[in-house]
Amino acid sequence: MTNKEKVSAAEVVKRARSDNKTDSRVMIKQLLTDFREFHGDRNSADDPAIIGGIGRLLDRSVTLISTQKGHDVENRLATHFGSPEPWGYRKAIRLMKQAELFCRPVVTLINTPGAFPGMDAEKAGQGEAIASCIATMMNLKVPVISLIFGEGGSGGALALASSDRVWMTEHSEYAVLSPEGFASILWKDAKRSSEAAEVMGLTPAALLDAGVVEQILPEPLDLVGLRQQLFSAFNELFALTPDALVEQRYQRFRKF
Amino acid sequence: MTWFNRLKDYSKQQTDKLLNRYLTQIPSGIWRECPRCHSRFYYRRFGNFDVCPECGYGFRLTARKRLRMLTKDAVEWDADLVTKDPLSFPGYSEKLQRAQKITKLNESVWTGLALLDKRSVALGIMDPYFIMGSLGMITGEKLARLFERATLHELPVILFTASGGARMQEGIHSLMQMSKVTAAVNRHRQAGLLYIVVLTDPTTGGVTASFAMEADITIAEPKALIGFAGRRVIEQTVKQKLPADFQSAEQLQKNGFVDEIVPREHLTEELKLLLDMNQSNAWRANHDK
Ligand SMILES: [Zn+2]
Repeated sequence: MTNKEKVSAAEVVKRARSDNKTDSRVMIKQLLTDFREFHGDRNSADDPAIIGGIGRLLDRSVTLISTQKGHDVENRLATHFGSPEPWGYRKAIRLMKQAELFCRPVVTLINTPGAFPGMDAEKAGQGEAIASCIATMMNLKVPVISLIFGEGGSGGALALASSDRVWMTEHSEYAVLSPEGFASILWKDAKRSSEAAEVMGLTPAALLDAGVVEQILPEPLDLVGLRQQLFSAFNELFALTPDALVEQRYQRFRKF
Repeated sequence: MTWFNRLKDYSKQQTDKLLNRYLTQIPSGIWRECPRCHSRFYYRRFGNFDVCPECGYGFRLTARKRLRMLTKDAVEWDADLVTKDPLSFPGYSEKLQRAQKITKLNESVWTGLALLDKRSVALGIMDPYFIMGSLGMITGEKLARLFERATLHELPVILFTASGGARMQEGIHSLMQMSKVTAAVNRHRQAGLLYIVVLTDPTTGGVTASFAMEADITIAEPKALIGFAGRRVIEQTVKQKLPADFQSAEQLQKNGFVDEIVPREHLTEELKLLLDMNQSNAWRANHDK
């Protein structure tokens, strides 16, 4: 990470939420060739807030799952500004199991304020969907690498980030809930969100220190470089036996 | 005339009527009418893929025609299996003979080994003109063998579904095919092999409720009718008129059941790409060790 300036945690949050973040679809297009989007949870719906499918990373097939905020008003409303619903997580589970069956590694890209707090979502088991997604990832016999490139909103982000390696971009955040929520719950005052942001340790640097993430990538993202980094990391992880891989992931989270 | 003969006679009239209807559904003459958007057009506008030039609906194809669109390199399997008449159902054997004559198949599915530009696949194509592509015992047998052979020879399976559902004339024996084929699909999956299904118009009933919904990758043709229960049955049950696009491929995708909707003219290329992406994976070689 380039250490060109010292920015406040509140400023990090602001930048993480910026509308100018690269659109997921644009990122996918630059990262993979021949990306094929697969739809649906085979149960009730297709969630536009989660994009999933297969494509080629350099010359090898990977499964990619990404949250999606959308770039126009219509899209943003349809995705609830990138907040997945249970059927989005269930699509992710389906595609991760498919990746395991065909021995493809999984890349997840995350920029979400959190799982959508809606009535339908609740009725369909938002909690159960996130839980199953985490459980699936913790047992997955193929490597998974996650990149948080904006907001890493709580359980809604963790559902896709229970991975072998978690990377963050320079201007991103990852926290148990929003600073506004944190301030209003602990101090009954949502206006103290800047203060909350400082306390929460949600900046990439703080998370790197805490061992929650392994690497911070400078912005604007060098996608050609990222492609190479992912490829090398997958090579390393595939050198492990499937059982050793799962054990390593177990220990990665066991330490907390 | 005994009641049985009367029934037999009546049943024969009905089957003839139905068969004539199937026959006339195979487009002929110089005009075509699209069953989806109802536009009428000169047959040359059909192109090489029998697709409506107005709305993109893919007309129903016989299995042999579909096969010709996909590849010239194919070896047919199990063409010698003979359908039994387990219920001795009046008129059934005549009906079968006519269906065989129309489709040049022994049963409602073509199966075999096919090459898509050097890629070997176990291929199945259901024929909507063979008693509505209904699921007979031999249909199920051919499909089970397709998956079993694919498992044995480590081949991916591509299956085109088209079916009105169970074969009523075979009663419960037809129903049993759903579990039989599903079990063979399971074993194919457990061997880590790829199964791609292409849902074509119409895919309904027992076929939808089994192997049509069990693939690793689910493709549908635009505007294809895909569902379980028939529209009229549902309308009578819920006492409501259903929307026009109910049970369409597009609706099904929104409801979470279809990965990709691929127009017929791009289908062969898409299948090749998906096969390549799944089969050639150097990481897999490491991992399987
Ligand atoms: Zn049309």
